[in-house]
Amino acid sequence: MLDADFFRRWMTATAAFVEREAERLTALDSPIGDADHGSNLLRGFRAVAATLEKEAPDTPGAVLTLAGRTLISTVGGASGPLYGTLLRRTGKALGDAGEVSEEQFAGALRAGVDAVMTLGGAASGDKTMIDTLVPAVDALDAGFGAARTAAEQGALATTPLQARKGRASYLGERSIGHQDPGATSASLLIAALVEAAGE
Amino acid sequence: MKMLINVPETVVADALRGMAAAHPELTVDVENRVIVRRDAPVDGKVALISGGGSGHEPLHGGFVGPGMLSAACPGEVFTSPVPDQMVRAAAAVDSGAGVLFIVKNYTGDVLNFDMAAELAEDEGIQVAKVLVNDDVAVTDSLYTAGRRGTGATLFVEKIAGAAAEEGQPLERVEAIARQVNENARSFGVALSACTTPAKGSPTFDLPPGELELGVGIHGEPGRERRPMMTSREIADFSVHAILEDMSPRNPVLVLVNGMGATPLLELYGFNAEVQRVLAERGVAVARTLVGNYVTSLDMAGASVTLCQVDEELLRLWDAPVKTAGLRWGV
Repeated sequence: MLDADFFRRWMTATAAFVEREAERLTALDSPIGDADHGSNLLRGFRAVAATLEKEAPDTPGAVLTLAGRTLISTVGGASGPLYGTLLRRTGKALGDAGEVSEEQFAGALRAGVDAVMTLGGAASGDKTMIDTLVPAVDALDAGFGAARTAAEQGALATTPLQARKGRASYLGERSIGHQDPGATSASLLIAALVEAAGE
Repeated sequence: MKMLINVPETVVADALRGMAAAHPELTVDVENRVIVRRDAPVDGKVALISGGGSGHEPLHGGFVGPGMLSAACPGEVFTSPVPDQMVRAAAAVDSGAGVLFIVKNYTGDVLNFDMAAELAEDEGIQVAKVLVNDDVAVTDSLYTAGRRGTGATLFVEKIAGAAAEEGQPLERVEAIARQVNENARSFGVALSACTTPAKGSPTFDLPPGELELGVGIHGEPGRERRPMMTSREIADFSVHAILEDMSPRNPVLVLVNGMGATPLLELYGFNAEVQRVLAERGVAVARTLVGNYVTSLDMAGASVTLCQVDEELLRLWDAPVKTAGLRWGV
């Protein structure tokens, strides 16, 4: 069973990963973007960690909806609303239970991913965070480790794609051959699940 | 890369403090990132709000004042502002006549302004929205994020701003803004990439002897790269790209816009070429503006925007405006 603590650990682990990879995310966002993905997410997830520490919400749902709202208010760009909606919607789907099963979490995260697809209009193959999140959610039934592997592969698989959404899409064919920064940060989010469950 | 900053993290806040000190006619909320005309809310007048990533100055903060924007919401460099900013701005400027959001067509801007519009409406503020998507370099198809909002943003903010200033109702101001956007097309080129404070190095590698055609204003590469061209050749290419997409029946407003690092000396020379091509193509020019209005930090390059105007739109363009970035008739 996953409690509020687990979800707090998930968010702080994500923040730690984003911190470690911020320069790399920015580097990925340069050839096919405007070089701000790393710093934007770092600002957002640092704010999430701080807010969760301060407010200490006591249910999984409350942790994620607060995290989502915080991202919306601090990240900006497309990532803010998209990641914010992902977490808010997942949090809403978890209701106000004090703890949830891994199965319930998988269902809630799927609802979150669906909400992101609706908001951003992206489908699989558009070279976005969706190309990481959909495989990850599909693999969640087999555990967090499987989800992490699927996420990493999903992010890598964006490299040969031509972007059809977001700033990379302005580049047309020139977006091919570059790993998508949003897909990459999404794989960090999923990998953080393993970290949070780990020890 | 040397920059006139302290640290990247405080660039936007520092700039806002400097703007506040330089422009007492503005109310600058540094903490919450909102710039408002000091006399807002203005009774009975529609209020125009825009915003976007920082790094395009004078857009948008430099266009706050009578005759143009009521408020501007600056995000982090090249990053869309968050909904909280626009909600706060709307509350500060709405006199009951409603608010028009002028939104450049970027995924982030659209998402954040849409969220803000919903939240502002929850608070009883009437919000209309207009999208600016004038850039012809991106093919507007199902398979991209759509055309970018670039130089035409200036025309929309000025002309709709004049309509609002003379007391026209929200539906009219929105319709005028939409008409300006539909009548405008832009094309930009870069001679160098720009350097963001956070990255500290150019956003892409443009070798000497090459230029990027069809660039936007966020430091992303363009559609194609070519060997360097003369001002004459660039004007031919840019105006051709625009006229492929729009055949003006009316005279046009011309904006020859610097991306930030190109000297006025070069921009004026480029304008001479642009005017030549327009004359050759039989396009009448109503008014011309040359300078740095919709920039991309320290990118070297320029964009051309043409906007068809009828008598009414031209009257609104000529109407008085009193902002840091655009001032006439006062």
